Amino acid sequence: MARFLVRRLLQVIPTLAALSVLLFVWLRALPGGPEVALLGERATPEARAAIRDRMGLDEPVLVQYAAYMRDLLRLDLGTSTQTRQPVLEEFLLRFPGTVELALAAMVIAVGVGIPLGYFAARRRGSLLDNLTVGGSMVGICTPIFFLAFVLKWVFGENLGWLPTIGRQSPGADATHITNMYVLDGILTQEWDAAWDAFLHLMLPAIAVASIPFAIIVRMTRASVLEVLGEDYVRTAEAKGLTHRVIRGRHVLRNALLPVVTAIGVLAGALLSGAVLTETVFAFNGIGLFVYNAIRNSDYPVLMGFIMFIAFTFVLVNLLVDISYSVIDPRVRVR
Amino acid sequence: MATQSPQRPLPPGPVGQWRGERIDRLAELAATPPDERGESLTRETLRRLRRSPMAIVGAVVVLMFVVIALVGPYVLPYPPTATVGLDQIRPGQIPGPSAEHWLGLDHLGRDEFSRMLFGARQTLLVGVVATLFGFSVGALIGGVAGAANSLGSRAGQWLDSVLMRFIDLLLAMPPLLLAFSVAAVLGRSLTAVMIAVGVAATPIFARLLRGSMIAQAHRDYVLAASALGVRRNRVVLGHIFPNSLAPVIVQATLTLATAIIEAAGLSFLGLGNPNTSIPEWGTMLAQAQDQLAVRPALAVYPAVAIIITALGFTLLGESMREALDPKLRR
Amino acid sequence: MTMVVERPTGRLLEVSELSVVFRRRGQRDVRAVDGVSFTVDSGEVVGLVGESGCGKSVTALAVTGLLPPRGVEVRGQARFGGADLLTLDPRTRRDLRGREIAMVFQDPISSLNPVVPIGVQVTEVLTRHRGMTLRAAKLEAADLLDRVGIPDPKRRLREYPHQLSGGMRQRAMIAMAVACQPRLLIADEPTTALDVTIQAQILELLKDLVRDSNTALIMITHDLGVVAGMCDTINVLYAGRVVESAERRALFAAPHHPYTVGLLGSIPRLDGVRGEPLYTIPGSVRDVLPWHEGCAFTPRCSRRVEQCVAGPPDLTQTPDRSYRCVNPELAPAVGTGVKAAS
Repeated sequence: MARFLVRRLLQVIPTLAALSVLLFVWLRALPGGPEVALLGERATPEARAAIRDRMGLDEPVLVQYAAYMRDLLRLDLGTSTQTRQPVLEEFLLRFPGTVELALAAMVIAVGVGIPLGYFAARRRGSLLDNLTVGGSMVGICTPIFFLAFVLKWVFGENLGWLPTIGRQSPGADATHITNMYVLDGILTQEWDAAWDAFLHLMLPAIAVASIPFAIIVRMTRASVLEVLGEDYVRTAEAKGLTHRVIRGRHVLRNALLPVVTAIGVLAGALLSGAVLTETVFAFNGIGLFVYNAIRNSDYPVLMGFIMFIAFTFVLVNLLVDISYSVIDPRVRVR
Repeated sequence: MATQSPQRPLPPGPVGQWRGERIDRLAELAATPPDERGESLTRETLRRLRRSPMAIVGAVVVLMFVVIALVGPYVLPYPPTATVGLDQIRPGQIPGPSAEHWLGLDHLGRDEFSRMLFGARQTLLVGVVATLFGFSVGALIGGVAGAANSLGSRAGQWLDSVLMRFIDLLLAMPPLLLAFSVAAVLGRSLTAVMIAVGVAATPIFARLLRGSMIAQAHRDYVLAASALGVRRNRVVLGHIFPNSLAPVIVQATLTLATAIIEAAGLSFLGLGNPNTSIPEWGTMLAQAQDQLAVRPALAVYPAVAIIITALGFTLLGESMREALDPKLRR
Repeated sequence: MTMVVERPTGRLLEVSELSVVFRRRGQRDVRAVDGVSFTVDSGEVVGLVGESGCGKSVTALAVTGLLPPRGVEVRGQARFGGADLLTLDPRTRRDLRGREIAMVFQDPISSLNPVVPIGVQVTEVLTRHRGMTLRAAKLEAADLLDRVGIPDPKRRLREYPHQLSGGMRQRAMIAMAVACQPRLLIADEPTTALDVTIQAQILELLKDLVRDSNTALIMITHDLGVVAGMCDTINVLYAGRVVESAERRALFAAPHHPYTVGLLGSIPRLDGVRGEPLYTIPGSVRDVLPWHEGCAFTPRCSRRVEQCVAGPPDLTQTPDRSYRCVNPELAPAVGTGVKAAS
């Protein structure tokens, strides 16, 4: 097992290296050149010269790359042109909020999606099945920011059931430890703050959950359909086992295997969703920050973000890979 | 002899693997031999499609969309960029549907109905260009990789492996964020958006075509052709490539749908054409966000249009995929 | 360790006029089973023999209630222990399965859950039907695996199907089937997917288990060699109907139905004439007449007469067998299978 881990970690390195090269090229390909990108349009000629010097932009490419990698390895992602703070700091400040949002969305997508996919498969051809398949297709075909807006309008402004702005109500005085507001509220036992943050999480989480939900439902349904036709399910039936045992041990344990592998893809959908949703709800996570960065051409942030995503994805991939080998015994003997 | 059939060299992780597997599965379908009755795959697929309600609905929607896109610009009641009703715009008030303007006006006094009609063509253009781009570049890379692999030489395998590692890397990134990275470099224009979305679709086509070619390469008829002395190159070009078309068509249909949506997303993020006079549904939707307080319907029209169109393509694509799959005999 | 269980002797299963029709949208109805009748007594070994597609597996699935609920129409009766299995409510049927009626399937690698250890797949039958605690079930499971001839059973309990060889997997399946000492065991082509040497071992195992516990066995196979060694009574199926049913020796010594004659004649013999082409039944399974029009075997039969297409052949009952043929082969077959003396 340890050998497996080490091997996977080693495989990750060339991927990250390739990515860093791509970003290196990307930065230099930006319109106006990297100095404009990093400093903004209104930079003075001295500042530009200074950064040319610092980045060694007149040096040979390999030297530049070395300097770039040095900064990267020191986790120096530059400074935001909007806030004038180090990029990494800004990320670390806002990322927990998005994580909380993503987790909530994941819970919704999995908690509703898997049972729905399972029952749709069992009752294939029924109204439930057709609605489920149709609904999931509509979910994929709906731009998330539009869905966010509809949710906001219907449940927030019109029905007034749920708050639609920000992560907590104005004036709420809550202590923050992890910057995940619901978690913080629970940890500090400030139940009102936790509940308040939770309510604020609801609508954005539903919007972000839409695509992963659609994917999970379809995958589960397809997978369950395939498993239901397998011989070992017939054997389980021939043994006279109860529905519950067959469902849990024989059908789902096999059917959910591919769904687990899809979690990496889903993480991607969650992040994209967050970027598109947070602005509609003024939810102060990394998505909103990046949205503003795009609007304001804050390239250090954008570049840092891409690197940040890449790193996160590599990590998620690794975790999923490991968990897959734990779940599927056939994979282990490698 | 290249007896190993590596459906995929080791990708960097299961994310690429999952998306890759789905695509490989689709690719393998093209390699299915004709069924018992001797009917070719195409004919049987078409027969199943004719019976599938999903396919019919999808086809109808797509057809309607294409017709509107082609014909629409010639039957506009008003020019789409003309601010005909500017005088009727007051702060906080935009006129809704009326006899002269069936869908009302937009925030600059332009006829919404005309813009929607014209927008169909632009939106179709975005979808088609992005898909074509993704397909051509993807098919090129995938085709080269697949051919290199099928040729069986060491160098060929290596080339295939390198190309596929690169593709798997792209495949593992979320498409929206990949597209946004590309668009950021290319600057603010609709073309940039189209190309960016196309780039995001490239890995899928690459994977598909490569998988299709490899699946074919191990089919009996290919081995038979080889045994008969037909040169490998001719086998690849003359037989394998044409038979790989079916899953590509399926994927192209599905990609068209997601391309339109991703383009809308990119416009929302501010990456589209800053000059917003030329109507395109995605840009119109993104812009309408500013008018939500005053007239939310301005967002609803293009959104509904996008949803229905994307749905149509998706229904068509999914039903084609199901029709192609011999395992799904009902 | 043998187990002698007191079992009532007598008729255990009585299948009459069983028919199974598969209906699919847009396709013709498929009559997989078309009027099958046979009986099984306690402790008896009954063979269901026929080519692929003759309906033997479907018969078994219909009797145990394992056919899909939709798209299938089942008619007829299957009386087991006083009740008709085909009309039983699903819950009772589910209780019977695994406990009174058990099945062993053909392909052990696909018939076993790949992600669950073998031990669990055995204990789950025990906890379900015999109400055992998990601890007791594990002990019993190890014992069962030992009884079916799997070495080092305690270790095997924790292993997964892909870690076992083909023969061991099938033994494990058999262990799961006999775990609750069912009154009836149905084996659907249990050895077809295995090597020849392993085949013999598995068949021996089945024979021993069945004899020791007085379990009845329905042996479904296309292989006459298998039935010759094992079965007391043999039912030959063709196109979904039983065409001949006889006690083993009688069947092999003197097959009456032309199809049976053909089957036996197709077996190559060491004492046959060298250089002669091997005999096969002319035509193919597809050349078939629907039973309601006449005898389904007519297109391929060398003994066909006009009456064969006048209507379905009636059942002819004689002391040692029954058959459906208007022009049967009555002379004892020369040089087929078991000689009369043995």
